[in-house]
Amino acid sequence: MEAKINKTHREGAVLFSPYDAGSSIKKALEVGRENILFEVRESKIKGRGGAGFPTATKWMLVAAAKADKKYIVCNADEGEPGTFKDRVLLTEYPDLVFDGMVVAGYTIGAEIGILYLRGEYIFMLEQLEDYLISMRQNNLLGKNILGKEGFNFDISIRLGSGAYVCGEETALIESLEGHRGEPRNRPPYPVNTGYMGYPTVVNNVETLASISKIITKGADWFKTHGTEKSTGSKLFSVSGDCKKPGVYELPWGTTLNELIKIVDAENTKAIQVGGASGVCIPKSQFDRQLSYEDASTGGSIMIFNESRKMLHVLKNFMDFFVEESCGQCTPCRIGNVKLLECVERIEKGEYTFSYINSMKDLSRTMQVASKCGLGQSSPNPFLSILENFKDEIFRSKENGVSHA
Amino acid sequence: MLVYEKNSLSDEIEVLIEKFGKERSALLPILQIIEKRHNYISEFAQQEVARLLDIHPVEVYSVVSFYNFLHRYPQGKNIVRLCKTISCDMAGKREIEEALKRELGINFDETTRDKKWTLEYTSCLGMCDQGPAMLVNDKVYTKLDPETAVQIINDTK
Ligand SMILES: Cc1cc2nc3c(=O)[nH]c(=O)nc-3n(C[C@H](O)[C@H](O)[C@H](O)COP(=O)(O)O)c2cc1C
Ligand code: SF4
Ligand code: FES
Repeated sequence: MEAKINKTHREGAVLFSPYDAGSSIKKALEVGRENILFEVRESKIKGRGGAGFPTATKWMLVAAAKADKKYIVCNADEGEPGTFKDRVLLTEYPDLVFDGMVVAGYTIGAEIGILYLRGEYIFMLEQLEDYLISMRQNNLLGKNILGKEGFNFDISIRLGSGAYVCGEETALIESLEGHRGEPRNRPPYPVNTGYMGYPTVVNNVETLASISKIITKGADWFKTHGTEKSTGSKLFSVSGDCKKPGVYELPWGTTLNELIKIVDAENTKAIQVGGASGVCIPKSQFDRQLSYEDASTGGSIMIFNESRKMLHVLKNFMDFFVEESCGQCTPCRIGNVKLLECVERIEKGEYTFSYINSMKDLSRTMQVASKCGLGQSSPNPFLSILENFKDEIFRSKENGVSHA
Repeated sequence: MLVYEKNSLSDEIEVLIEKFGKERSALLPILQIIEKRHNYISEFAQQEVARLLDIHPVEVYSVVSFYNFLHRYPQGKNIVRLCKTISCDMAGKREIEEALKRELGINFDETTRDKKWTLEYTSCLGMCDQGPAMLVNDKVYTKLDPETAVQIINDTK
């Protein structure tokens, strides 16, 4: 089946609730920058791209910066295995996303917004460009937006070229500037030295879409959803062993047990929360909550039932990291190869426990010594799967060649 | 490469530079279009882009070699990229893999002799709820079974 744009009817408390295109821009221009920053801060929204940085802090830093130019970049690189919620937002709710970008542009004082769209999503490019044209026709983009004297803002779309690491914000900026997508040392952060050296806000698609709702409905309303520390709702991309995979909008704080009921999963053995770079949670911990303070995730939920071999799952993840490491720093470039090799040796039964322990040490070294989040988090599945499924992996007889 | 081919490639790249500008940030969009039209970015093309953007050719080479979707050697007219990440793997990627190999008579990371098809793997395509998934040129196909996968190949010219 060819993937096309088809608007399905969705229901959800925040993002999937009714919205009039352009309304957050209109409201933002009425209330002014100070009040927008106030609402965003009050809402306590944190970034939806995985790292969970408070959005208001980022915006305030760039708003306060003195510079000739500023940029807002929407990160639509969506490469984390098991994540596809940004695809749904961009194809079905472009109004929320692009309005959020305009609001951000107005607030921080940017005139240019860039959507960095992963190359794999080129199938949605034409519709997105058409949508931008309609925004220009309605004066939601362009000069003196909605009659606001001096507020000029436009959005362009740039395509990635098949590199997961380009989702890392400094690698993304390198890529936009025409370089290899290699993460930079931080600091300086993009809020200081971003695209072309100018202060830049990089936000995830879902973060910007949420902003549209916070502006139109208010921080207090937003906070009625979720938990004290994880406010609002979250889009979860659910795949793997369940009857109803797809994107679900649920309040932060939903437990894994609740989630597997909603998606109709049976005989669930493990859930990978947060994609390949996340952690694998065993059945005994399914009472854990999805939230920044407990099981944190950019939205990827992959479900494994009793029939799956967790060592095979782990091998697939390590293979991913070996492939996607940019190779710039040694802990990640070499480390991931070593961890993959370790998984293969376990598969063949050619290992000693002192070797495995040394690989766990290596994992911890990678977590602290890697330059960017890729190498810092790639040992997560290695450590969590070997720990949580040690009985299956080291004590079962059938641990020869494994197939999922 | 024949002289007139070189000239026409130079002309083509000049037009692209006119469109995207001489900024370094124009590099990726330009390379993406060359790749799309020629199924790779030849050494000559890399040199021309470098000359016209006023950067060292090795800069262009380093960018081309970094991105999975850019190639330094000729690829098939059509590129099939099958997702090999875990959700698609569990949804039956292996059967699709075998069917594609059988049908085209090549392995992954190979190109058919008539230069029509290249088979590649890719990491997660963002279609995990509808796996197995593959990308054929710019189009994403989901919920594949071996038969439909082969059908899609046969329907693509
Ligand atoms: C390897 C790697 C890949 C990433 N991929 C993405 C991505 O695809 N989309 C995204 O929004 N953030 C991604 N991030 C996080 C970004 O660096 C950044 O934190 C985020 O875009 C900030 O937006 P937010 O504050 O709205 O979440 C990635 C980080 C790393 C280390
Ligand atoms: S941690 Fe990995 S991906 Fe990140 S900079 Fe180092 S080598 Fe590149
Ligand atoms: S795992 Fe194949 S599309 Fe995500």
